[in-house]
Amino acid sequence: MSDKKYDLSTLKAKALQFRREILETLETAGSGHPGGSLSAVEIFVTLYGVVMNHRPDDPAWEGRDRLVISKGHISPVTYVTLADFGYFPKEELKTFRKFGSRLQGHVTKKTPGVEFNTGSLGHGLAYANGVAMAAKLKNKDFKAYCLMGDGEIQEGSVWEAAMTAAHHKLDNVCAIIDYNKVQENGLISEIKGLEPLADKWKSFGWQVIDIDGNDIEKLIKAFNDFKVTKGKPTVVIAQTLKGKGVPFMELKSAWHGKAPNKEQLADALKVLY
Amino acid sequence: MSIKPTPTRDGFGEELAAIGKLNPKVVVVSADLEDATRAEYFKKACPERFFTVGIAEQDMVGMAAGLASEGFTVVTNSFAVFLTNRAYDQIRLDVCYNNLNVKLAATHAGVTVGEDGASAQCLEDFAIMRVLPNIKVICPADYIEAKKATAAMLAEQGPFYARFSRAPLPVLTDEASVFVIGKANVMRAGTDASVIACGAMVSEALAAAEELAKEGLNVRVVNMHTIKPLDIETIVACAKETGAIVTAEEHQAAGGLGSAVAETLGQTLPVPLEIVGVRDSFGQSGTPEQLLQFYKLKAVDIAAAVKKVIGRKKR
Repeated sequence: MSDKKYDLSTLKAKALQFRREILETLETAGSGHPGGSLSAVEIFVTLYGVVMNHRPDDPAWEGRDRLVISKGHISPVTYVTLADFGYFPKEELKTFRKFGSRLQGHVTKKTPGVEFNTGSLGHGLAYANGVAMAAKLKNKDFKAYCLMGDGEIQEGSVWEAAMTAAHHKLDNVCAIIDYNKVQENGLISEIKGLEPLADKWKSFGWQVIDIDGNDIEKLIKAFNDFKVTKGKPTVVIAQTLKGKGVPFMELKSAWHGKAPNKEQLADALKVLY
Repeated sequence: MSIKPTPTRDGFGEELAAIGKLNPKVVVVSADLEDATRAEYFKKACPERFFTVGIAEQDMVGMAAGLASEGFTVVTNSFAVFLTNRAYDQIRLDVCYNNLNVKLAATHAGVTVGEDGASAQCLEDFAIMRVLPNIKVICPADYIEAKKATAAMLAEQGPFYARFSRAPLPVLTDEASVFVIGKANVMRAGTDASVIACGAMVSEALAAAEELAKEGLNVRVVNMHTIKPLDIETIVACAKETGAIVTAEEHQAAGGLGSAVAETLGQTLPVPLEIVGVRDSFGQSGTPEQLLQFYKLKAVDIAAAVKKVIGRKKR
């Protein structure tokens, strides 16, 4: 089990703190991806604080739940979370994206706690299916979580994996879609819309839980529902907001892959919520 | 004991099934071509460790990576073109960058695929596989060697790409022949020139050497079953001792075994080199024999290249 569980007010405080640290880490690095990191903060806080079994002092512990970060560019929220939960010293966040750092631009196994190198979209779910299949072969009850971006599921490989998970009844797979509505060049709905998204996954044979993905209580309930569902995989469609917490970044595709400078960081921290 | 010509895919399938019965860590992930690749022998032997994802090569390789990350030795299989081209991004990122214990077993490469035509005749797999870090690339020359190659890649940790033939190939080795990944086998001694070949071209090279012997030329034949890591020592020895080299492969002349040998010679001991391969062209329908002739991959073409390369030697 995780070393400790947290109450709701502590989790909410962590979310605010993570957003500040994400912005600071990006400003220090000078490049990186704020939008999809800020939208996914509550997902990370909930998974690491409440939902997943994990041991920061033993990242390779056999019994841990596995989280696959399929959208590998959200390294800022990944590293801030792992550092906060004790996987490595917070001081190391300053090395993000720098030569020789364990904190690469897109997530890699060099970082304690990261399961799988990613950075090309649409890879995570098939991998998570393999992990889940392995759990069943080994008679282990760990879970495979796979966090994907909303734009990411425009990749056809995601739907190959979606068919496979349902066909093989991988009820130990939980896909999470960070549905923040924005991709690199604009609104998802204008570039290649996903709707009706819940219906798509239902028709592929998945249990669909469609919730406010920036609401920790709703996330906890969703993941609890996943854990007790048998015979089919679960997808949590997390309705979130790209750039959440910094009003001038919210729903702006310009903040998908651009770090704030010093002034922008100061402005952001003044209005951060 | 002589064995009739046999496809190397049969050696792969039989050995995979035999190892699967003994080793519960071996798992196969398939994409609906296991009948043609002979991975179905494993399916029959170990059904509980055989999974298919349907016609979805990207999914097959991604899932294989996930299984491998949990300690399994995972064998994927398909036609060479679908495996290496369709799933290239998964091979690069999921398997090679993550350095996982996934074996990519391909059949139906080269023009000996025959009647199916160009779409299925993969002629670029060596080129696109050998440039990826962490992966090893092998292409056994006959049925017996295919069994040994299968056993060797399953015994070794890490990514492998293996090309097996659909066409029956003459059996050139025997149970006692040594097979070590990364160590080429000299099949025939010679001092006038060396032919470095792989897969189906090894028997053609031996036939070429036989013909040239009648003309008084003494040609060495090397079975370079491992394209990566390349046996540089053997290549340099051929350059030193025979002064001229011909490579032969059922692959584009660009990017494959010939290119790998050229890279080696250029950086060690440059000697005249001729590359026998397909010249910047797709294949077409026909019998394997017709196609080997048309694309100049026969013993007679190798013999012509040997004469040419000997003519280019410094007097």
